[in-house]
Amino acid sequence: METRYKILLVDDDPDLLEVYRDTLALLPSQPEVHTAPSGARAMAMLEADSYRLLISDLKMPKMDGLQLLSVVRRKFPELRTVVLTSMADENFRSRVYSLGVDLYWHKPGSEQEMTQFLECMESLLGREYDEAGFRGVQSKSLMDLVQLECISQSSTVLRITNGPFIGRIWVNQGEVVDAEMEELRGEDAFQKILRWKAGNFEFLPDEPHRPRTIFKSYNALLLESAQASDERSNADTSHNRLTNTTVPNGTPRSSGLTEIVNTDCVEFAMKTVAETMVDSRGLENPEHIAGWMRQSLDRFHTLGETLQAGGLQQITGIGLQRNVAVAQKGGANLCVGWKNTLDATEVRDRMKKILTLWAS
Amino acid sequence: MGFLTSFFKRAKPLLQLHSGSFSMDRSGRILATTLPTSFPQSLVLEIGRCVVETFRTGQTAQLPLEELVVHYPGLKITAREMRGGAIVFLSAPNVSTPTQQTS
Repeated sequence: METRYKILLVDDDPDLLEVYRDTLALLPSQPEVHTAPSGARAMAMLEADSYRLLISDLKMPKMDGLQLLSVVRRKFPELRTVVLTSMADENFRSRVYSLGVDLYWHKPGSEQEMTQFLECMESLLGREYDEAGFRGVQSKSLMDLVQLECISQSSTVLRITNGPFIGRIWVNQGEVVDAEMEELRGEDAFQKILRWKAGNFEFLPDEPHRPRTIFKSYNALLLESAQASDERSNADTSHNRLTNTTVPNGTPRSSGLTEIVNTDCVEFAMKTVAETMVDSRGLENPEHIAGWMRQSLDRFHTLGETLQAGGLQQITGIGLQRNVAVAQKGGANLCVGWKNTLDATEVRDRMKKILTLWAS
Repeated sequence: MGFLTSFFKRAKPLLQLHSGSFSMDRSGRILATTLPTSFPQSLVLEIGRCVVETFRTGQTAQLPLEELVVHYPGLKITAREMRGGAIVFLSAPNVSTPTQQTS
Protein backbone atom coordinates (compact mmCIF):
# COMPACT_ATOMS: atom_id res chain seq x y z
CA MET A 1 0.00 0.00 0.00
CA GLU A 2 1.35 3.40 -0.97
CA THR A 3 2.27 5.73 1.92
CA ARG A 4 0.39 9.00 2.16
CA TYR A 5 2.76 11.60 3.42
CA LYS A 6 1.62 14.10 6.01
CA ILE A 7 2.10 17.82 5.66
CA LEU A 8 1.78 20.26 8.53
CA LEU A 9 0.86 23.82 7.58
CA VAL A 10 1.45 26.58 10.11
CA ASP A 11 -0.01 30.06 9.72
CA ASP A 12 -1.89 32.42 12.01
CA ASP A 13 -4.31 33.31 9.20
CA PRO A 14 -7.14 30.71 9.24
CA ASP A 15 -8.35 31.64 5.75
CA LEU A 16 -4.91 31.07 4.26
CA LEU A 17 -4.61 27.77 6.09
CA GLU A 18 -7.87 26.62 4.56
CA VAL A 19 -6.92 27.63 1.03
CA TYR A 20 -3.49 26.02 1.20
CA ARG A 21 -4.85 22.88 2.84
CA ASP A 22 -7.33 22.37 0.02
CA THR A 23 -4.74 23.17 -2.64
CA LEU A 24 -2.01 20.93 -1.24
CA ALA A 25 -4.44 18.06 -0.81
CA LEU A 26 -4.77 18.00 -4.62
CA LEU A 27 -1.07 17.18 -5.14
CA PRO A 28 -0.46 13.99 -7.14
CA SER A 29 0.89 12.18 -4.06
CA GLN A 30 -2.39 13.01 -2.26
CA PRO A 31 -0.83 13.95 1.08
CA GLU A 32 -2.74 14.31 4.32
CA VAL A 33 -2.66 18.01 5.10
CA HIS A 34 -2.95 19.11 8.71
CA THR A 35 -3.00 22.70 9.91
CA ALA A 36 -1.85 24.56 13.00
CA PRO A 37 -2.69 28.20 13.78
CA SER A 38 0.41 28.77 15.95
CA GLY A 39 3.94 27.61 16.54
CA ALA A 40 3.04 26.09 19.89
CA ARG A 41 0.21 24.06 18.39
CA ALA A 42 2.51 22.92 15.59
CA MET A 43 5.07 21.68 18.10
CA ALA A 44 2.40 19.68 19.91
CA MET A 45 1.24 18.12 16.63
CA LEU A 46 4.80 17.26 15.58
CA GLU A 47 5.35 15.55 18.94
CA ALA A 48 2.18 13.54 18.55
CA ASP A 49 2.47 12.43 14.94
CA SER A 50 5.03 11.81 12.23
CA TYR A 51 5.12 14.36 9.39
CA ARG A 52 7.04 14.47 6.16
CA LEU A 53 6.87 18.20 5.49
CA LEU A 54 6.39 21.33 7.54
CA ILE A 55 5.32 24.54 5.81
CA SER A 56 5.42 27.57 8.05
CA ASP A 57 4.78 31.28 7.87
CA LEU A 58 7.42 33.52 9.48
CA LYS A 59 5.35 36.28 10.99
CA MET A 60 3.23 34.80 13.75
CA PRO A 61 2.41 35.99 17.26
CA LYS A 62 4.13 34.52 20.33
CA MET A 63 6.31 31.86 18.70
CA ASP A 64 7.33 33.18 15.28
CA GLY A 65 8.39 31.05 12.34
CA LEU A 66 12.12 31.41 13.01
CA GLN A 67 11.71 30.23 16.59
CA LEU A 68 9.57 27.31 15.51
CA LEU A 69 11.99 26.28 12.77
CA SER A 70 15.06 26.46 14.98
CA VAL A 71 13.39 24.09 17.45
CA VAL A 72 12.07 21.84 14.72
CA ARG A 73 15.48 21.50 13.03
CA ARG A 74 16.94 20.32 16.31
CA LYS A 75 14.14 18.01 17.41
CA PHE A 76 13.05 16.63 14.04
CA PRO A 77 16.12 16.71 11.76
CA GLU A 78 14.50 14.37 9.23
CA LEU A 79 11.52 16.68 8.70
CA ARG A 80 11.55 18.64 5.42
CA THR A 81 10.90 22.31 6.15
CA VAL A 82 9.61 25.13 3.98
CA VAL A 83 9.11 28.79 4.82
CA LEU A 84 6.19 30.40 3.05
CA THR A 85 6.21 34.12 3.60
CA SER A 86 5.30 37.45 2.11
CA MET A 87 8.48 39.09 3.44
CA ALA A 88 10.88 39.93 0.63
CA ASP A 89 13.87 40.47 2.86
CA GLU A 90 17.28 39.01 2.05
CA ASN A 91 18.29 39.03 5.72
CA PHE A 92 15.37 36.82 6.60
CA ARG A 93 16.17 34.54 3.70
CA SER A 94 19.76 34.16 4.91
CA ARG A 95 18.66 33.54 8.46
CA VAL A 96 16.15 30.95 7.37
CA TYR A 97 18.66 29.06 5.24
CA SER A 98 21.24 29.21 8.01
CA LEU A 99 18.74 27.33 10.17
CA GLY A 100 18.90 24.48 7.67
CA VAL A 101 15.47 25.04 6.14
CA ASP A 102 14.97 23.34 2.77
CA LEU A 103 13.13 26.10 0.96
CA TYR A 104 12.29 29.76 1.40
CA TRP A 105 9.28 30.59 -0.72
CA HIS A 106 7.40 33.82 -1.29
CA LYS A 107 3.65 33.43 -1.02
CA PRO A 108 2.52 32.83 -4.57
CA GLY A 109 0.94 35.85 -6.19
CA SER A 110 -0.13 34.30 -9.48
CA GLU A 111 -1.36 31.01 -10.78
CA GLN A 112 2.01 30.35 -12.39
CA GLU A 113 3.80 30.89 -9.07
CA MET A 114 1.24 28.68 -7.36
CA THR A 115 1.91 25.91 -9.86
CA GLN A 116 5.66 26.21 -9.31
CA PHE A 117 5.14 26.12 -5.56
CA LEU A 118 3.02 23.00 -5.78
CA GLU A 119 5.53 21.27 -8.04
CA CYS A 120 8.26 22.04 -5.53
CA MET A 121 6.20 20.68 -2.65
CA GLU A 122 5.51 17.49 -4.60
CA SER A 123 9.22 17.14 -5.30
CA LEU A 124 10.10 17.66 -1.63
CA LEU A 125 7.56 15.09 -0.53
CA GLY A 126 8.96 12.52 -2.92
CA ARG A 127 12.61 13.16 -2.25
CA GLU A 128 14.26 10.39 -0.30
CA TYR A 129 15.89 11.37 2.95
CA ASP A 130 19.60 11.64 2.49
CA GLU A 131 21.23 9.68 5.27
CA ALA A 132 24.77 10.74 4.39
CA GLY A 133 24.53 14.04 6.23
CA PHE A 134 22.37 16.83 7.53
CA ARG A 135 22.59 20.53 7.79
CA GLY A 136 23.67 22.30 10.91
CA VAL A 137 21.75 24.23 13.49
CA GLN A 138 22.87 27.74 14.27
CA SER A 139 22.52 27.46 18.02
CA LYS A 140 25.12 24.69 18.28
CA SER A 141 28.70 25.79 18.58
CA LEU A 142 31.44 23.72 16.98
CA MET A 143 32.78 23.03 20.42
CA ASP A 144 29.45 21.47 21.37
CA LEU A 145 29.44 19.35 18.25
CA VAL A 146 32.95 18.00 18.72
CA GLN A 147 32.28 17.32 22.36
CA LEU A 148 29.07 15.44 21.60
CA GLU A 149 30.75 13.25 19.01
CA CYS A 150 33.66 12.47 21.30
CA ILE A 151 31.54 11.75 24.35
CA SER A 152 29.40 9.35 22.37
CA GLN A 153 32.55 7.58 21.13
CA SER A 154 31.52 8.19 17.53
CA SER A 155 33.56 7.70 14.41
CA THR A 156 32.77 10.28 11.78
CA VAL A 157 34.11 13.07 9.63
CA LEU A 158 32.71 16.45 10.57
CA ARG A 159 32.65 18.70 7.52
CA ILE A 160 32.23 22.39 8.29
CA THR A 161 31.80 25.19 5.79
CA ASN A 162 32.34 28.82 6.62
CA GLY A 163 31.76 30.98 3.54
CA PRO A 164 34.36 29.92 0.99
CA PHE A 165 36.30 27.84 3.54
CA ILE A 166 35.83 24.14 4.13
CA GLY A 167 37.21 22.35 7.16
CA ARG A 168 37.16 18.69 8.11
CA ILE A 169 37.64 17.10 11.49
CA TRP A 170 38.16 13.37 11.68
CA VAL A 171 36.82 11.70 14.81
CA ASN A 172 37.68 8.06 15.40
CA GLN A 173 36.08 6.21 18.31
CA GLY A 174 35.61 9.37 20.29
CA GLU A 175 39.05 10.87 19.64
CA VAL A 176 39.94 13.71 17.31
CA VAL A 177 42.60 12.18 15.06
CA ASP A 178 43.04 14.74 12.28
CA ALA A 179 41.81 18.04 10.91
CA GLU A 180 42.27 19.88 7.65
CA MET A 181 41.55 23.42 6.51
CA GLU A 182 43.07 24.66 3.24
CA GLU A 183 46.82 24.16 3.61
CA LEU A 184 46.66 23.58 7.38
CA ARG A 185 46.53 20.13 8.95
CA GLY A 186 46.43 18.64 12.41
CA GLU A 187 46.11 20.81 15.50
CA ASP A 188 46.62 24.08 13.61
CA ALA A 189 43.71 23.26 11.32
CA PHE A 190 41.56 22.15 14.27
CA GLN A 191 42.15 25.39 16.19
CA LYS A 192 41.54 27.47 13.07
CA ILE A 193 38.23 25.73 12.41
CA LEU A 194 37.14 26.07 16.03
CA ARG A 195 37.57 29.86 15.74
CA TRP A 196 34.72 30.04 13.24
CA LYS A 197 31.59 31.47 14.75
CA ALA A 198 29.03 30.44 12.13
CA GLY A 199 28.60 28.17 9.16
CA ASN A 200 27.13 24.82 8.20
CA PHE A 201 28.14 21.35 9.21
CA GLU A 202 27.43 17.81 8.15
CA PHE A 203 28.54 14.42 9.29
CA LEU A 204 30.19 12.29 6.64
CA PRO A 205 30.85 8.55 6.90
CA ASP A 206 33.88 7.73 9.02
CA GLU A 207 37.31 7.06 7.57
CA PRO A 208 38.88 4.59 9.99
CA HIS A 209 42.20 4.48 8.11
CA ARG A 210 42.80 8.21 8.21
CA PRO A 211 46.44 8.75 9.39
CA ARG A 212 46.50 10.26 12.86
CA THR A 213 48.14 13.68 13.19
CA ILE A 214 46.53 14.79 16.47
CA PHE A 215 47.50 12.94 19.60
CA LYS A 216 46.05 15.18 22.30
CA SER A 217 42.81 14.23 24.02
CA TYR A 218 39.71 16.05 22.79
CA ASN A 219 39.37 17.67 26.22
CA ALA A 220 42.82 19.20 25.95
CA LEU A 221 42.10 20.41 22.41
CA LEU A 222 38.81 22.01 23.40
CA LEU A 223 40.38 23.59 26.47
CA GLU A 224 43.11 25.17 24.34
CA SER A 225 40.50 26.42 21.93
CA ALA A 226 38.45 27.96 24.74
CA GLN A 227 41.55 29.65 26.19
CA ALA A 228 42.48 31.08 22.79
CA SER A 229 38.93 32.36 22.39
CA ASP A 230 39.08 34.09 25.78
CA GLU A 231 42.41 35.70 24.90
CA ARG A 232 41.02 37.01 21.62
CA SER A 233 37.98 38.32 23.40
CA ASN A 234 40.13 40.18 25.95
CA ALA A 235 42.30 41.60 23.17
CA ASP A 236 39.20 42.84 21.35
CA THR A 237 37.93 44.53 24.51
CA SER A 238 41.18 46.44 25.00
CA HIS A 239 41.22 47.21 21.28
CA ASN A 240 37.75 48.72 21.46
CA ARG A 241 38.91 50.98 24.26
CA LEU A 242 41.83 52.14 22.14
CA THR A 243 39.90 52.96 18.97
CA ASN A 244 38.26 56.10 20.25
CA THR A 245 40.83 58.15 18.35
CA THR A 246 42.97 57.75 15.27
CA VAL A 247 45.70 55.28 16.09
CA PRO A 248 49.20 55.73 14.69
CA ASN A 249 50.15 53.23 12.07
CA GLY A 250 52.22 50.34 13.40
CA THR A 251 50.82 50.34 16.92
CA PRO A 252 50.88 46.71 18.05
CA ARG A 253 47.33 45.51 18.48
CA SER A 254 45.31 42.40 17.88
CA SER A 255 42.77 43.80 15.42
CA GLY A 256 43.06 41.21 12.67
CA LEU A 257 44.63 43.72 10.27
CA THR A 258 48.11 42.31 10.88
CA GLU A 259 46.87 38.89 9.91
CA ILE A 260 45.27 40.32 6.77
CA VAL A 261 48.33 42.30 5.70
CA ASN A 262 50.45 39.16 6.03
CA THR A 263 48.21 37.40 3.51
CA ASP A 264 49.68 36.63 0.10
CA CYS A 265 49.41 39.51 -2.43
CA VAL A 266 48.08 42.01 0.17
CA GLU A 267 49.87 45.38 0.22
CA PHE A 268 47.87 47.16 2.90
CA ALA A 269 44.78 46.77 5.06
CA MET A 270 42.69 49.48 6.64
CA LYS A 271 39.66 49.54 8.88
CA THR A 272 37.46 52.48 9.73
CA VAL A 273 34.65 52.36 12.25
CA ALA A 274 33.43 55.94 12.23
CA GLU A 275 34.57 59.26 10.81
CA THR A 276 37.64 59.53 13.01
CA MET A 277 38.53 55.92 13.76
CA VAL A 278 41.12 54.67 11.32
CA ASP A 279 43.39 51.70 11.84
CA SER A 280 45.73 50.55 9.12
CA ARG A 281 48.72 48.39 8.26
CA GLY A 282 51.07 49.01 5.35
CA LEU A 283 50.00 52.61 4.61
CA GLU A 284 52.06 55.70 5.30
CA ASN A 285 49.17 58.11 5.26
CA PRO A 286 45.85 56.28 5.42
CA GLU A 287 43.57 59.33 5.79
CA HIS A 288 43.19 59.98 2.05
CA ILE A 289 42.24 56.44 1.22
CA ALA A 290 40.02 56.23 4.34
CA GLY A 291 38.08 59.24 3.08
CA TRP A 292 37.75 57.76 -0.40
CA MET A 293 36.58 54.45 1.06
CA ARG A 294 33.87 56.09 3.21
CA GLN A 295 32.60 58.23 0.35
CA SER A 296 32.57 55.32 -2.11
CA LEU A 297 30.76 53.02 0.30
CA ASP A 298 28.14 55.69 1.09
CA ARG A 299 27.69 56.49 -2.58
CA PHE A 300 27.20 52.90 -3.74
CA HIS A 301 25.18 51.95 -0.69
CA THR A 302 22.70 54.70 -1.57
CA LEU A 303 22.77 53.68 -5.22
CA GLY A 304 22.00 50.06 -4.29
CA GLU A 305 18.97 51.22 -2.32
CA THR A 306 17.76 53.37 -5.23
CA LEU A 307 18.18 50.48 -7.66
CA GLN A 308 16.70 47.95 -5.22
CA ALA A 309 19.65 45.73 -6.10
CA GLY A 310 20.22 44.46 -2.55
CA GLY A 311 22.90 45.32 -0.03
CA LEU A 312 26.28 46.41 -1.34
CA GLN A 313 28.63 43.44 -1.23
CA GLN A 314 31.97 44.69 -2.45
CA ILE A 315 33.68 47.37 -4.49
CA THR A 316 36.75 46.28 -6.41
CA GLY A 317 39.09 48.81 -7.99
CA ILE A 318 41.77 47.94 -10.50
CA GLY A 319 44.60 50.44 -10.82
CA LEU A 320 47.94 50.80 -12.51
CA GLN A 321 49.80 50.88 -9.20
CA ARG A 322 47.65 48.70 -7.02
CA ASN A 323 44.21 47.15 -6.76
CA VAL A 324 41.80 47.68 -3.90
CA ALA A 325 38.74 45.98 -2.51
CA VAL A 326 36.32 47.66 -0.14
CA ALA A 327 33.50 46.11 1.88
CA GLN A 328 31.49 46.60 5.04
CA LYS A 329 31.31 43.98 7.72
CA GLY A 330 29.99 44.10 11.25
CA GLY A 331 29.60 47.88 11.37
CA ALA A 332 33.13 48.56 10.15
CA ASN A 333 34.54 49.41 6.72
CA LEU A 334 37.45 47.36 5.43
CA CYS A 335 39.76 48.35 2.60
CA VAL A 336 42.46 45.97 1.39
CA GLY A 337 45.13 46.90 -1.13
CA TRP A 338 46.23 44.14 -3.48
CA LYS A 339 49.13 43.72 -5.87
CA ASN A 340 48.19 44.84 -9.37
CA THR A 341 49.13 41.46 -10.80
CA LEU A 342 45.72 40.16 -9.71
CA ASP A 343 42.68 40.67 -11.91
CA ALA A 344 39.28 41.84 -10.64
CA THR A 345 37.91 38.32 -10.19
CA GLU A 346 40.95 37.20 -8.20
CA VAL A 347 40.72 40.30 -6.00
CA ARG A 348 37.04 39.67 -5.35
CA ASP A 349 37.55 35.99 -4.49
CA ARG A 350 40.49 36.72 -2.20
CA MET A 351 38.60 39.56 -0.54
CA LYS A 352 35.68 37.22 0.19
CA LYS A 353 38.06 34.93 2.03
CA ILE A 354 39.54 37.86 3.95
CA LEU A 355 36.04 38.97 4.97
CA THR A 356 35.16 35.50 6.18
CA LEU A 357 38.37 35.33 8.20
CA TRP A 358 37.74 38.80 9.55
CA ALA A 359 34.24 37.89 10.64
CA SER A 360 35.66 34.89 12.48
CA MET B 1 -7.58 29.45 -9.23
CA GLY B 2 -8.11 33.06 -10.26
CA PHE B 3 -9.56 34.10 -6.95
CA LEU B 4 -6.30 33.11 -5.25
CA THR B 5 -4.50 35.96 -6.94
CA SER B 6 -6.43 38.53 -5.02
CA PHE B 7 -6.21 36.48 -1.87
CA PHE B 8 -2.49 36.08 -1.38
CA LYS B 9 -0.33 38.70 0.23
CA ARG B 10 1.89 40.34 -2.34
CA ALA B 11 5.49 41.37 -1.88
CA LYS B 12 6.50 44.88 -2.94
CA PRO B 13 7.23 44.81 -6.69
CA LEU B 14 10.91 45.15 -7.48
CA LEU B 15 12.47 47.41 -10.06
CA GLN B 16 13.38 45.39 -13.14
CA LEU B 17 17.15 45.59 -13.54
CA HIS B 18 18.56 45.15 -17.02
CA SER B 19 21.88 44.15 -18.51
CA GLY B 20 23.46 46.57 -20.94
CA SER B 21 26.00 49.33 -21.16
CA PHE B 22 26.34 53.05 -21.51
CA SER B 23 29.08 55.63 -21.74
CA MET B 24 29.27 58.95 -19.95
CA ASP B 25 31.61 61.84 -20.61
CA ARG B 26 33.43 63.85 -17.97
CA SER B 27 30.64 66.45 -17.82
CA GLY B 28 28.07 63.80 -16.91
CA ARG B 29 26.36 63.47 -20.32
CA ILE B 30 25.26 60.08 -21.57
CA LEU B 31 26.91 59.53 -24.94
CA ALA B 32 25.53 56.13 -25.91
CA THR B 33 23.49 53.39 -24.28
CA THR B 34 22.30 49.87 -25.04
CA LEU B 35 19.92 49.83 -22.08
CA PRO B 36 16.21 49.52 -22.88
CA THR B 37 14.20 52.72 -22.88
CA SER B 38 12.07 51.28 -20.08
CA PHE B 39 15.06 51.64 -17.74
CA PRO B 40 14.73 55.14 -16.25
CA GLN B 41 17.19 57.68 -17.63
CA SER B 42 17.54 59.21 -14.17
CA LEU B 43 18.94 55.92 -12.86
CA VAL B 44 21.40 55.65 -15.72
CA LEU B 45 22.63 59.14 -14.88
CA GLU B 46 22.84 58.29 -11.19
CA ILE B 47 24.90 55.15 -11.83
CA GLY B 48 27.21 57.07 -14.17
CA ARG B 49 27.59 59.91 -11.69
CA CYS B 50 28.55 57.51 -8.86
CA VAL B 51 31.11 55.72 -11.01
CA VAL B 52 32.73 58.88 -12.41
CA GLU B 53 32.82 60.45 -8.95
CA THR B 54 34.51 57.35 -7.51
CA PHE B 55 37.20 57.44 -10.20
CA ARG B 56 37.70 61.16 -9.63
CA THR B 57 37.97 60.96 -5.85
CA GLY B 58 40.29 57.98 -6.24
CA GLN B 59 42.71 60.20 -8.18
CA THR B 60 42.55 62.82 -5.42
CA ALA B 61 43.23 60.16 -2.79
CA GLN B 62 46.33 59.03 -4.73
CA LEU B 63 44.52 55.88 -5.72
CA PRO B 64 44.16 56.14 -9.49
CA LEU B 65 41.85 53.43 -10.78
CA GLU B 66 41.14 52.36 -14.32
CA GLU B 67 38.44 49.81 -13.60
CA LEU B 68 35.75 49.53 -10.97
CA VAL B 69 33.53 46.57 -10.20
CA VAL B 70 30.62 47.00 -7.78
CA HIS B 71 28.78 43.93 -6.60
CA TYR B 72 25.20 43.77 -5.38
CA PRO B 73 23.13 40.60 -5.02
CA GLY B 74 20.95 41.73 -7.90
CA LEU B 75 23.38 43.66 -10.06
CA LYS B 76 27.03 43.89 -11.04
CA ILE B 77 28.38 47.22 -12.25
CA THR B 78 31.64 47.16 -14.17
CA ALA B 79 33.10 50.49 -15.23
CA ARG B 80 36.24 51.53 -17.10
CA GLU B 81 37.65 54.99 -16.77
CA MET B 82 37.70 56.97 -20.03
CA ARG B 83 39.42 60.36 -19.84
CA GLY B 84 37.37 61.61 -16.93
CA GLY B 85 34.24 59.80 -18.10
CA ALA B 86 33.45 56.11 -18.07
CA ILE B 87 31.98 53.22 -19.97
CA VAL B 88 29.69 51.28 -17.68
CA PHE B 89 28.43 47.71 -18.04
CA LEU B 90 25.41 46.55 -16.05
CA SER B 91 24.92 42.85 -15.54
CA ALA B 92 21.77 41.65 -13.82
CA PRO B 93 21.63 37.92 -13.01
CA ASN B 94 18.92 36.03 -14.84
CA VAL B 95 16.44 34.74 -12.25
CA SER B 96 15.66 31.65 -14.30
CA THR B 97 19.28 30.47 -14.25
CA PRO B 98 20.50 30.25 -10.66
CA THR B 99 24.13 31.18 -10.06
CA GLN B 100 26.53 28.45 -9.06
CA GLN B 101 27.25 28.20 -5.34
CA THR B 102 30.93 28.07 -4.52
CA SER B 103 30.59 26.69 -1.03
